[in-house]
Formats: sequence, structure tokens, C-alpha cells
Amino acid sequence: RDFNERCAQCSEVNWGLTDGGRFYCRSCHNVTERTREVVNTDFVSNTRIQTISKDLRKQEKNDGGCEWYVCEGFQLVLKKQAEALEALGVSPQMKDEILCNFWRLYLQKSKQAYCNRPAGETVKALSVCDSSTDVDSEPERPSLLHLLSLSESEGDLQTDCSFASSTSKISESTSVCSGSVDGSMYLMKNQKEKLRMTMPMTLSFCYMALLWLREPMTLSDLLRFVVEGHIPYLNVFQHFPEKMKLCGLDLKIFCVESWPVYEEVYNKMLELAAFLDLPRFPDITDSCFLHPDMLCMKYLMEANLPDELHNWTCRVVKKIRIGEADFLTLVPGNKSTRKVKYDVLAVAVIVVVLKLLFLLDDHYEWLLSDFAEERNKNNKEGGPYFEFKKWYKVIKCSLDVEQKKLDEERAKYLWRCEKPLFYSAQKKSKVLKRRQIVVNLQNQFGKLSGSVRPAEKPNPSSFQLSWSEENTDGSCFHGHSLKGILQEKCGLLTAMNPDYWLCTVKLCTEKLCGHLAHYREVEFPQSYHFVLRLFSFLLRIQPSYIHDEVCAIEHKLFNKKLCKKPKYNIGLRK
Amino acid sequence: SSREHKLNFKKSKEVCLSYIQDAMLQKQWKRAAEFLTFYVESLEKDFSTEYMGPSEMIWRIGTEILCHHSHSSMKEFNSFIEQMKTLGVKRYLKVCLEHAFHLLCNGLIDEAYQNLSLAESWRFGEQTVLQDKEMKLIRAYRGLLDYYSWSKQKNILLEHGREGFEDLSVEQEMHSCFRKAAVNLKEIIKIPGVWDLFVKCYVDLLEFYGDHNEARQVLNEYAYNSKFPANPNAHVYLYQFLKRHGEPKKSLMSALKILHDIVPSHELMIDFNTMLQKSKKRKKRRLGLEVIFAALDYAGWKENVKAWNCLARQVKQIVISEKHLDWIKQEWNSRKDWWPAFHFSRYLAKQNWQENESLSYEKALVAGILLGRDCKYFKYISHQGCKAQMKRFRILKKFVNKHNLVYLRIS
Repeated sequence: RDFNERCAQCSEVNWGLTDGGRFYCRSCHNVTERTREVVNTDFVSNTRIQTISKDLRKQEKNDGGCEWYVCEGFQLVLKKQAEALEALGVSPQMKDEILCNFWRLYLQKSKQAYCNRPAGETVKALSVCDSSTDVDSEPERPSLLHLLSLSESEGDLQTDCSFASSTSKISESTSVCSGSVDGSMYLMKNQKEKLRMTMPMTLSFCYMALLWLREPMTLSDLLRFVVEGHIPYLNVFQHFPEKMKLCGLDLKIFCVESWPVYEEVYNKMLELAAFLDLPRFPDITDSCFLHPDMLCMKYLMEANLPDELHNWTCRVVKKIRIGEADFLTLVPGNKSTRKVKYDVLAVAVIVVVLKLLFLLDDHYEWLLSDFAEERNKNNKEGGPYFEFKKWYKVIKCSLDVEQKKLDEERAKYLWRCEKPLFYSAQKKSKVLKRRQIVVNLQNQFGKLSGSVRPAEKPNPSSFQLSWSEENTDGSCFHGHSLKGILQEKCGLLTAMNPDYWLCTVKLCTEKLCGHLAHYREVEFPQSYHFVLRLFSFLLRIQPSYIHDEVCAIEHKLFNKKLCKKPKYNIGLRK
Repeated sequence: SSREHKLNFKKSKEVCLSYIQDAMLQKQWKRAAEFLTFYVESLEKDFSTEYMGPSEMIWRIGTEILCHHSHSSMKEFNSFIEQMKTLGVKRYLKVCLEHAFHLLCNGLIDEAYQNLSLAESWRFGEQTVLQDKEMKLIRAYRGLLDYYSWSKQKNILLEHGREGFEDLSVEQEMHSCFRKAAVNLKEIIKIPGVWDLFVKCYVDLLEFYGDHNEARQVLNEYAYNSKFPANPNAHVYLYQFLKRHGEPKKSLMSALKILHDIVPSHELMIDFNTMLQKSKKRKKRRLGLEVIFAALDYAGWKENVKAWNCLARQVKQIVISEKHLDWIKQEWNSRKDWWPAFHFSRYLAKQNWQENESLSYEKALVAGILLGRDCKYFKYISHQGCKAQMKRFRILKKFVNKHNLVYLRIS
């Protein structure tokens, strides 16, 4: 059906399939040598990827494996991820429509399928593991070492030779091997223009689809779910069917040994969106979860801050016009606008509001807190006034505990799984032996660990910290009032704090050094760092990312004042 | 900079390792075991560029944990070590050796012997050559265990001999142990190093079978071969051997001379001084004075009555003969600034008198001569002694009074 070549005899495009799986022209009954390969079905919908191959193909190889292409593998990965997301509550539309359409578009654009001359065609020379001793005679055939070293430049693929146990041991006569048909070629060609698919990129696909549907899941949520194991990523090849054998260079493609980084996944997503020539994404309006007003509310709750702060965040959002659909909506390919990281943006707004109200210079916020405490003594009606000191104590305690737990979890990650991976058949016995030893040791020392072995994953939840107002110990600050730190002026409540310090006077050029500012903990007040640390924990990103965003917001907020000679910005810092 | 924070396999294993180390330092063995279970998968990854790979780490950490953990048994330990042996062929013999040590420490001598024998028969191409040192050690320790068996057999024989039995099989066994032990012990002590135990055992064997020449040669080699590290014990062994065999004083003294040079505070210095004092040669007597003064420089000798007695005797003899006061002067010269506070304070006088009267007697004599009758120490002790109406203290007082001006001449 999707085979678009013209028939050699009658130049028609009207193909059917013989029993032997070969194409024949319905008009003139010319049977071609081309065979149709049906891939194991991945998506529920009718779309199937067809790849065209030369005649020497066998459906089943000796070891019960079939021939498969790398993109089929990725397709399977995406399918698993989409299913997991659906299980987490994402709309089924994502799996059934959006993601698979994006994927199809990608295959088309990268010429791996759905087009006239699929890239797989030139694969034949390298497909099967034929051990040839005169490798060097073929100039095109890349050596193992060359391929392994090539991926050094790719940041995403792990470049370790663990599976081969050491490059020096690989002799030149080892054949370039991979279980997939085009595994070796996949790594070799410089496919920068075609945007080669990688494991981290699967997450970019997912996020892109989520964004298109405006699902209530931020990128930091997504990545956290991945690390917590709710979304298949690490060792996802375990879910490949038995027939799809992985070996050799497939391992470099499909096995990950590092957790994806926010920035990388995000940037890749932008690249992808541009590559696919996608139009403007559906608008992010103020009823969307991703809108700063919404996200601010979420993070305020999670950070155990008073609900009243929400008014302030909305004010800031409005003032610097970051709540407008044009600002928030993604327009792929448009290089002039700075792209929005919704979660980081929301969190940064909160940080700015805290600075507005509390100054956070390691001095004023404590004075203000004492002041509020005084006022609280006389405060009989209504809720208690918010005291920064109390909040700090509660949060610091929880944060330290959670951070410690997280650090221990990180030390306990298990990267390998039961399904063993061999680089080549020769390595198989060694790998299996090692695996056996590892399992034995795990059992032996596991028994000595005592009773503590909770291997369950934490329940997936959008909130990592939760605070209940029913707690009588007063550890929930949601209902607290800001009146303790506000004053009346002309009938309006304004902040008592008249000052503000900028994180940086001048923004860096992001294109040159990748950041708007360079955060160094020692140069900033500890309260500021604490607040960054809190949100950095919640989002699982580095404090410097949030700092960048804070700088950007500040510059928008104080734009006018910055253009003029700054008169009253006390305590300017770089 | 995003790359630095990327959490990958290697980094998370590094972090895991630091948790293990923390737990071990705090002796939290359960916790260490827990984190070790997460660390072991490092074996499945290539760390060949690291200085110390995961297999060695796991071997060492696992050994520590199994040694200290309350629930671990010898059986578990053995099965663990057998796994470790398969992990690193480059380390095979080292692991075997340490396993044997561990068995010995737990009193499992037969098992240790079996392990060593097994290890001895191991061959693995060029690795056998590369691990030659370990192989020698394995043979040496097996030799030591052979000696131990020999010793047991010997004792049995002596028992039976006393009771009037004769036991041919035990005797044969004993001789065979001797042969095995001798071969390996002899080998190892050829290599420059510290082999105290091996040397002692080997010499014991040789002496039993009457090969005194060989024994003497071995001990001389061990003590005097400059390739071997300076080892006081070597000289002690040689001295003891020579003494056992009634060697002349001259050779005994030359053996002890080097010991004095290396360890002036050695306990044999008393023997040495005693021999030297009695010598007819002036040089030797001079050396004797030097030796005893040097020994008493050390805090461990402060309350050694015998040592003080040696010194007192010699000082007394010199004073009476009125010859060689310059010897005392020379020795006292470097000590007059600190010995008074070190040995002869008023506090020490009180303490010595209370605890050990003989000590105070000897010291008082020395103090009286070196510092004069008005010195704190002498005054207090002689006063106490005379008050207690002890005859020898009265004699002492007289003696010091008589030679009171000596201290002026030597200061």
C-alpha cells in the first residue's frame, strides 16, 4: 500500500502481495524481487511501517531471531512509554494519535520509511553477522574501534566499552555486528541533518506529545517518573519480543547508563519540533495546567507557602506579560523568542515574589519574621500570620530528610537487569558467568543486610511533599496570612520591604555561553540559596537553571529601572 | 556544565561506594552489606581504566563485612572467597594467601594447609610467573605449617619416649614434615626481608638435627647481610644461639654491639653492660658505661632496678678507683641538662621511696655522685633511709659524703 515505486514494466503504481510476500504489479502481474517486511505491530492504529529490502532476506534466522531495524526498536520503546503514560492518567489520544503521528512524521522526514528511497536500502553489506577475515579489504566497512570511538562525540550515547570489556582486546577481525539490521550503520553516518534517534530523544517525543495535548504533566514531572521507574527507559529492551535479538552495537543505541538531563531532553524537543516542521502548538491559556498561574499554585502548595502568595505571583505574571498565550505557546523553528520551560518559569516567579516580600538578604527576612511573630501575639481573629522563621524550620527539616533519602536512592540505583547483554556471541559465556556471580553476591549480602529491602517503587504522584491543614502541629502554612508582613498604604496592602536586589545586573548572552547568568552559591545569600535548593529538589534540576530564569524575570520586571540609572537598588550584586 | 551533574552508572557506583565506606567506618555492618548488594553490579561493567577495579573492592570490602558481621559464618566466608578467586586471575594467589591467613586466624589450620597446598599447584600460563612472589609466600607459609606439624610430632615422640614407647610411624612422619618444612623455609629466607618467624623455626629444625653450622650461617646471613633490612631481632636470635652454644664472650659481645647501635633501649643491654663491665679491656668497660647510660635515656627504663644497679656499680667502681672520671664526665655532659628533671626530681624521690626502696637506693647513689650530696634526690632518699635506720643507706651516705667533690669535677 505504501510502496510507491513505479512498476518497471507498466509504470503503474498498483501493487499487491503474493503469497511469498513479494510485490507484484496488479496491472501487468510483474513480480518483483522486492519483499515486504511486516514489522510486529506497535500501535493500535492501522499504521504500519514497511521497510523494503533485497531478496536475500530470511524471515527467521537460525537462532529464532528475526531481522529488525533500529527504528522498529525505537517504535517499540515509544509504544511502551505511551502505555505507561496512559496508565498514569494521560489521555489515550496521546498514544493513539499524537505520538504515533509525530513518529510517522519523523520517519518520513528522516527517510527511514514512508518515502521513496528509505535509508535502509543501502544496508545490505553490513546486515548479517558474517565473519569475514578480510575486513580491511573493504574500505567502506568501518572497524569496530572506529564505530565505538565515533559515538564519543555524541553526548547521549554512553561510550563505554563495558560490553566489549575493553577496546584493546577487540581484534580487527571481529566482524561489525549488531542484532539489528542497520545497527552499525546507524552509528556510523553523520546523521546530524537527519536528527538521529536516541534513547533520550524518546522522552523528547513524549514530552512533545504531552505539550501538544497540553496534558497536566511538566517535563520535570516526566523525568522524575522516568527515574522512579514508572515510565520505561532504563533497560527498556527487556520488553522487546524474543525474536528481536540485541547484540553488538545495538547495545550502544538502546542501553542507557545515565539518567536524562532536563536541558538535553528539552533542547532536543525543540530541535525535533523544528525538524518536523510542526506548526504553532495549541495555545497555552490561563485555564491550562502549564500556565504560570496554575503551576505557581501547585508549587506554592508543595512548598508549603501561604495561598495568599498566589495573588502576588499572578501580579508578577501579569506585569511582565508572561501569562499571554503568545509568550507561552511553542512555535517551533522560531529562533527569536526564548523558549518557555513552564515548570522552571513558575518556580522562578515564586522566588521573585519571595524576594519582593522578604528580600532574602539573610537579614531582613528574619527581622520581618520577628515582627510578624510580635504581631501574631496580638492576632486573635483570623488565621495566624505567616512567619518566615517557622516556615524555614519546617521546610528545612523536611527537605533535609527527603534529600537524604534521594541521595541514598541514587546510591542504590541498579543499572543492569536480568536480561543479559552480550556484545557478541564470544562474550556470551563470560557475561553470563559474571551475571551469576553478581546474583550470588547480591543474595549473600542481601541476607546480611537485615530486614530492610523495600523494593517497591514509590507511588507515582505529582506532589512530592504534601502538607495537610489538619495537622495540629502547625506545620502547614497554606492558610497563613501575609498580613503580618504587609502594610496598608492608601487602602492597599503593600510589602513592607522597600528594597530589592538583582541577581545580576547584566544578563549573559545565552547563545554564547548557554546561560543567562552564572550561579555560584557563595556569592548569594543563604536564604536565597535555600529557596533555590527547595525548588531544585522538587524539579530535580540544578539551582543554576532556576537562577537563570529568576534573572530573566527580574530583568523584565525592572526593565524600566534598569534602562535608567539605577537609583535605589540597594545591594546590587552580580 | 549540565554534563557534570549527569548521573550515570560510574558516578552512582562511586556514590554507593562512599556510602559503604561510611558505614564500615562506623561499624554498621548491616548497612554496609546493604549498599554492597547495590555495588556488586559494577562487576558487569568495564572499569579497566581505574586504579582499583570493582572486583578487588568487592573482595576487600566483602571480607571486612563478613569478618565483622554477627550473622556471618566461616562457611559463608569460604564460599565468598571461592567466588572471589574466580573473579580476578591476576589476584588469584593473593586471595588464596589471605584466605589462608583468615583460616589460620580462626584456628582452622588443616583447612589453611589444604588451601595453601592447592594454591601451590596452581598454574596459569604467564600469570604463574607474574605472581611468583605470592607463590613463594604460599610455599613459605606452608613450610611454616609443616614446621608446626613437625613440632607436634616431636612433642608426641618426646612424650612417648618418656613413657618408654617407641613410635616409628610418628618418627617417620616427623622427619617427612621436617624435610618439607626445611626446603620451603630455606627458600624464603634467602630473599631480603623480615622473616623472623621463619628464621626461628628453621634454626630450631637445624639445631634439632644437629646441623649447627648451617644454623650459624643462616643467622649470620640474616643479621649481617646488608641486603636485608636492619632488624634488631636478627641480632637477638644470633646472640641467643651463640649463648646456647657456649660461644666465647667476645662473639657474644660483638653480636650485641650492633643491637646497641640499632636499639639502645633493648632489654639485652643489661646483659651487654654486665659482660662489658667485667671485661679486662678498657675499651670494653668504656663501652659498657656508654651502653648503660644510653639505656637509661629511655622512659621505659626509669624504674628498672637492675639497670640502675648496673650503672651504680660501674660509677662506684670508677669513683673508688679514681681512674677514668673523664668517662663519666663525657657521658654526663649531654645529660646534665635533663637527667636531673627526668630521673632525680623531688617528686620522683618521694614516689621511688614509697614504691620501690631498692630502686631508690641505686638511684640515690648515682644521683649523689653525679649531682652531689645536696641534690634533692639524694638528700631526700638518704634522709628517709637513715630515718628508717637502714644500714645500707647509712653506708651510702658515708660513701657519697666521702666523694662529694666528684660532681664538681664531672660537671
